[in-house]
Amino acid sequence: MSVADEPKTTGNGFVGRAMRRKEDPRLITGRGRYVDDLTPQGTLWCAFVRSTEAHARIVSIDKSEAEALPGVHAVYTGEDMEALGILDALPMAWVPPEVEVRNAKHWPLARGEVKFVGDPIAVVIGEGRYAMQDAAESVFVDLEPLPVAIDLEAALRDGAPLVHEELGTNRVHDWTLAGGDVEAAMAEADVVVERRIVNHRTAGAPIETRGVVAEPRGVGMTLTSSTQVPHFVRLFLALLLGESEEKVRVIAPEVGGGFGTKLQVCGEEVLLAAAARKLGRPCKWIETRSENMMVTHHGRDQIDYVKMGAKRDGTVTGVHVKILADMGAYLMLLTPTIPSLGAFVMSGCYAFDAVQTDITGVYTNKCPTDAIRGAGRPEATHMIEVTMDQLAHELGMDRVELRRKNFITEFPAETALGIVYDSGDYHGSLDKLLEHFDVEAFEREKADAAKAGKRLGVGYSTYTEICGLAPSRVTGPQGFGLQTGLWESGMVRVHFTGAVTAYTGCSPHGQGQETTFAQIIADRLGVDPANVEIMHGDTGTGPHGLGTYGSRTTAVGGEAIVRATNKVADKAKRIVAHMLEAAPEDIEVEDGKFSVKGSPGKGMTMAEIAGAAFIPDNLPEDMEPGLEETAFYDPSNFVFPFGAHAAIVEVDPETGRVDVRRYVAVDDCGPAINPTIIDGQVHGGVVHSIGQALYEQVHYDEAGQLVTGTFVDYCLPSAADVPSIETDRTETPSPVNQLGVKGIGEAGTIASTAAITNAVIDALRPEGITFINMPLTPVRVWEALNEARETGSAGEARRDGDRRETT
Amino acid sequence: MSRVPVSLEVNGTHYEREVEPRTLLVHFLRDDLGLTGTHVGCDTSNCGACTCHLDGDAVKSCTVLAVQADGSAVKTIEGMGTEADLHPLQEAFWAHHGLQCGYCTPGMIMASADLLARNPNPDEAAVREALGGNLCRCTGYHNIVKAVLAAAEATQPREVSA
Amino acid sequence: MIPAEFDYVVADSVDDALGKLADGGEDAKLLAGGHSLLPLMKLRLAAPTLLVDLRRLRDLEGIRRNGGVSIGARTTHHAVATGDLGVLSSAAATIADQQVRNRGTIGGSLAHGDPASDLPGVVLALEGTIVAQSAGGATREIPAADFFRDYLETALEPTEILTEVRFDEDPSAWRHGYEKFHRRQEDWPMVAVSALVKLDGDVVADARIGLTHMSGVPLRATAVEEALKGGRLDAGTIKAASDQAAEGTSPPADLNATEDYKRHLARVLCARALRQAARAG
Repeated sequence: MSVADEPKTTGNGFVGRAMRRKEDPRLITGRGRYVDDLTPQGTLWCAFVRSTEAHARIVSIDKSEAEALPGVHAVYTGEDMEALGILDALPMAWVPPEVEVRNAKHWPLARGEVKFVGDPIAVVIGEGRYAMQDAAESVFVDLEPLPVAIDLEAALRDGAPLVHEELGTNRVHDWTLAGGDVEAAMAEADVVVERRIVNHRTAGAPIETRGVVAEPRGVGMTLTSSTQVPHFVRLFLALLLGESEEKVRVIAPEVGGGFGTKLQVCGEEVLLAAAARKLGRPCKWIETRSENMMVTHHGRDQIDYVKMGAKRDGTVTGVHVKILADMGAYLMLLTPTIPSLGAFVMSGCYAFDAVQTDITGVYTNKCPTDAIRGAGRPEATHMIEVTMDQLAHELGMDRVELRRKNFITEFPAETALGIVYDSGDYHGSLDKLLEHFDVEAFEREKADAAKAGKRLGVGYSTYTEICGLAPSRVTGPQGFGLQTGLWESGMVRVHFTGAVTAYTGCSPHGQGQETTFAQIIADRLGVDPANVEIMHGDTGTGPHGLGTYGSRTTAVGGEAIVRATNKVADKAKRIVAHMLEAAPEDIEVEDGKFSVKGSPGKGMTMAEIAGAAFIPDNLPEDMEPGLEETAFYDPSNFVFPFGAHAAIVEVDPETGRVDVRRYVAVDDCGPAINPTIIDGQVHGGVVHSIGQALYEQVHYDEAGQLVTGTFVDYCLPSAADVPSIETDRTETPSPVNQLGVKGIGEAGTIASTAAITNAVIDALRPEGITFINMPLTPVRVWEALNEARETGSAGEARRDGDRRETT
Repeated sequence: MSRVPVSLEVNGTHYEREVEPRTLLVHFLRDDLGLTGTHVGCDTSNCGACTCHLDGDAVKSCTVLAVQADGSAVKTIEGMGTEADLHPLQEAFWAHHGLQCGYCTPGMIMASADLLARNPNPDEAAVREALGGNLCRCTGYHNIVKAVLAAAEATQPREVSA
Repeated sequence: MIPAEFDYVVADSVDDALGKLADGGEDAKLLAGGHSLLPLMKLRLAAPTLLVDLRRLRDLEGIRRNGGVSIGARTTHHAVATGDLGVLSSAAATIADQQVRNRGTIGGSLAHGDPASDLPGVVLALEGTIVAQSAGGATREIPAADFFRDYLETALEPTEILTEVRFDEDPSAWRHGYEKFHRRQEDWPMVAVSALVKLDGDVVADARIGLTHMSGVPLRATAVEEALKGGRLDAGTIKAASDQAAEGTSPPADLNATEDYKRHLARVLCARALRQAARAG
């Protein structure tokens, strides 16, 4: 299928192999240790009392009955922040130069008012998992309801109820990212297509909810949390609790999925740490699924007004996008930054001369939004790729040809916005995608289906995305405005026997880097990956790290590992050269040995080299003993994975039901380290978006009550509801890092809602439907069909094509 | 409220305990017996992460009271196989990358074992149907389905039936 | 999420269970498979003070054929699904997922009286009889048509236990179709239709249509039944008859469906279920 199937011949040839994962033996036998598997002696359980109103004044909280219950040790409310030594509100990490971001204080427990259903009001702490859930029901809260702002567009209108009265507006921020002259581009265009595209609110929904165990340690504390970012959590615990950073240890144990929901510094983490310190006992909280649906940050939730202009020949002259982004009730760690990540790739795969994105963040009385798998890029890809299809139809042009006509072909490529795409081969991935389709066979199937009353459609999505977060000069305080660097660390330690332990600052939780990083190291050190252990997720072990998100772990964390490994290999070569009386530059790693070039029999194994380094009686002059190196890597640029996806859907026009019949994904994330793991990431990413396109929606009613509060109503699809996913790859190396790799964790999610939506529209064009917004639920599709039957067409006539609630 | 005695066999070992009647079987296994391989992923019997076997049948142990299991035999993921001696399903999940974060995996394996006991040679549709009560967010199910089919083939090569 | 506290006893016989239920007062509840009750208790939408567990009542398990069919209340959905019981098996096989079917029972499902569950509409169409036993062994036979009173409300008295479901005629005697519309496989039906037909030659001798989730209780689509009887089971008849499937219904709207949409689904599913019945046998 691809070059990656042939093992590389340099080093040990582990990179490129579809190796079994090192992580799995403990996970398939039930020996993984997730946070709920940890209950230290003397643990006190925590249960939260949460708001039942979307917006209300807290009139009174009567905690006396709960406090009097046996086993209850403490009940805290928002009034106790000082008593708990919580010095400041929760962090929001984005301070963009020259953009005002109106940020309301967000405390771990509400003070004065509650702003959304689920907003925590009190925490009950005491003995017994079950007993504390009961005790929480004995805290009596008197709430005086206030007017609510729920609808995203309505929240901006004059006179709309304000989520935060003190800010005087629901407008969080306005930011424009522009390159080229979009007004001129629209004037120059022969055709301008405008659509109102709704990207509805979804939940990350990892199967493991969040959970925290905070343990006081005499001096300092250990916090075990189901998090993607243990070092961020440590930093903010230290800052918010006035602890010296080295005395706070944060451990991400086995983490049961994150999808962005655990890229957060949570009020519960801060509160439990503070409570454990005050009470001198371990404190534990395991989020229920109902809490997870209610208070763990949601994602997407944008209304996008897209305008695309083109010449008759299909040359797109420019794109102008206005994004209304629902931030929910508070700004969490990265809430307002998410739509901007999409703006960075608003050019898609195309050589658009003018691109402008105007972003407006809006407060509403709903759960905060933040990063969910793809974070801003799925929204951008969806609007560009859906609009490209709309434009093709308007121009009477083939959808694939329109894409080809506008593809960027020369790399590196600077977009109108000034972003430099590192490498790509957009025609190549599209060609490969089309190899998987027999167009004539599809036409026959389509005709057969029509006889049976079903409509088939095909939809394409050609995408590029931005990941490998991130070059700190671009994203840091002086650039984009994140108050952090986004480099990564790697530390490689060779033991006496030549076995290796390596530490990454990333915090993988399913992505398989215990295996892929071992492959990378094994090749460079001539060892067996079985004897390379990758440690992660514990601030008490390796150097500072930035965590796992933004498809950064291999592209950034992997490169840090490569650099640290290369340092070790360099030292090893000098040792070997010294001992075998050769020049260091003549030593190469081949077949598990550091050998002298041209003298295959002459070489040393890593065990022998380590022995020499650990018993340093014959090392080169001035060389330190030991064999251990650290590297810190700040990338020079982002990386830009790309690919071409296609979906074939079947729509039942009688019921409006959509089923995905086939899904083909061709992705390019550079040379494969482990093709099986890449395929797995794509499968999961695509199904995540099939979920968004067809099944999942976080829904609030007009009063701000959450309607989709459990997995009964929030429709995460099962194996029975989705097809197998066909995958293929092209391999275009990135010049940004030595491995040539790009990220793949989010690509599937980024590409696929557009492919599904375009396929459904394609299927329903014979029924008069020209446009429809997600989620493509049966009732929504059926109503669109009715409208089309009544009016002759649906979609374009009402620019929104959207007939139920907005988001 | 009263505590009630429970006497049952789990993975071949006999246990006698006293529990609150409302103790869910999953919490009994995890908190009382320390068998933490069985997970909790939802409140509503949807996700299947807590699937184990009760007298040979797959059940969602978050929707069974520990007291209802009195006198019964329970099997959990810990009773399926060890690293040194993997059950064919464990082996297949490993070989086919049928897991990522691993959280849903014990439930998936236990539900799959129930399927293969009833239908030793399922086709893809039958596997997907049988796993309809188990949710996974990482894998998109593709490799889980592949693993179950491979385990079926490894154990009972026969003709495929739906 | 966990249930509120309660006391728990195990019954040794139906009489024993009734005695314990009476002793427990009005907030005592019977526990069979627990797959209707426990989810509600975990969300604290139900909080009984006493559960009387029926798990030792082996007499209430199993399917007995005696001209007609008698199904013990504690028979699991899985046993019903694999029991060769025509439309009843077809419907039971679609309930939730395998784990739920291994635990959930027909008696528990019927006694719960949820209009969104699969079996009530089917039992109604089959004109089943629900047998309730009270203290001293007295039994009461309640026709399905009288059993489902309202949303989560049945004709069962607090002093009674549902012990079996009887069908005078084996359900497999009917040609049948069961069509259920739901978003995901494990979801409750948004709407479901069971169609039962008997042919005399190619003429419809008898027809029964059960509707699920088209009201607070399961319904019969009598207009469809009348339109079918005496005619041929051809495409035209099926279409014309099915168009009346939503007559007289007041379907509850929810997040996934408007009332109009549910009425439409009832018509579509009715036609499909009838076509299935026409193909069968």
